[in-house]
Amino acid sequence: MAEQTDIRTTEEAAPPEPARPAKPDSAVIRDALGVGIAVGLSGFAFGVTSAGAGLSLLQTCALSLLVFTGASQFALVGALAAGGNPLTAAAGAFFLGVRNAFYGLRLSAVLGYRATARPFAAHWVIDETTAVTLAQPDRRSARLGFTVTGLSLYALWNLTTLIGALGAEALGDTEAWGLDAASPAVFLALLAPMLRSTVERVAAGLAVVLVMTTLPLLPTGVPVLLSALAAPAVLVVQGRRERAQGTGNDTTPTADGDAHDRPATEEKRA
Amino acid sequence: MNVWIAIAATAVGCYLVKYLGLSAPAGVLERPLVKRLAALLPVALLAALTAQQTFSDGHHLMLDAKAAGVAAAAVALVLRAPFLLVVGVAVAVTAGVRALGG
Repeated sequence: MAEQTDIRTTEEAAPPEPARPAKPDSAVIRDALGVGIAVGLSGFAFGVTSAGAGLSLLQTCALSLLVFTGASQFALVGALAAGGNPLTAAAGAFFLGVRNAFYGLRLSAVLGYRATARPFAAHWVIDETTAVTLAQPDRRSARLGFTVTGLSLYALWNLTTLIGALGAEALGDTEAWGLDAASPAVFLALLAPMLRSTVERVAAGLAVVLVMTTLPLLPTGVPVLLSALAAPAVLVVQGRRERAQGTGNDTTPTADGDAHDRPATEEKRA
Repeated sequence: MNVWIAIAATAVGCYLVKYLGLSAPAGVLERPLVKRLAALLPVALLAALTAQQTFSDGHHLMLDAKAAGVAAAAVALVLRAPFLLVVGVAVAVTAGVRALGG
């Protein structure tokens, strides 16, 4: 694959390796494959959901090949199935994908890829590759972890998307098989590890209230976008409360911010 | 055609934010407020999407077998089940409740 070749050409730029690597390559590969395979298999749920939502085989596979960030893909097909405006649907998927920019920022320092390799590596910047890469002790292991996770996950995710879409066509009525529950379950599984503190729980609760109350009133797709306002709203209220409590708590937001920056994935479970 | 427009817009947008993050000079996106907003945005969106897809058809509120399936997924998550099992439980319980006429 193009990504592989390009990433390898940058290896020379890495700092000199210690005589004995901090972590054996085989251990890095094992961790990376564990995550890549477990999460890659869930492309099956996406393929089924997308086909069940009425997207063609080509459209379903194009999403996994070109978008390659699960939550955004599920959000897009869900919004399209509901009959929303295509750009409103894309906006929801896009906002979910914005978190990848912050993963990229942290990976950039760890991986140290050249400018020529970055356009290829960028496609693999997602929750799972970030989690594996940031868990490595040095640059060599980080690059290996990123590449192996990215490659195994990309290959499997696309393969299982295809199988899922074909399978859904064979199954016929996907709702009779309960497959319409796969998408909200995926969202819930992605959300659960993010609900670390009160701030996240309040934002999640407010978002649910916003979407449920506006759903019958606003055009399809708009309520989900509106619910995103729960995030800045909660931050504003939290900022006010911190200021009201005085400057004694100055360290809390910073420590909190760092904690939030970690990717929320299933790494340890996978 | 509309579907292809949505796919193209999502693909371009999602790729650009990934590339932007990987290529931006360190410090550009490092302001604490920006980081916290970026961390909280997916929390709000995922919560809204979970609720919407569980309790509605996209426009009308409704309660059906899916709610039981997603509730079972929540229990599986509390019990620290792996990702695939969580999704599998949701599907199986939804199908089961529907088969029983729920």
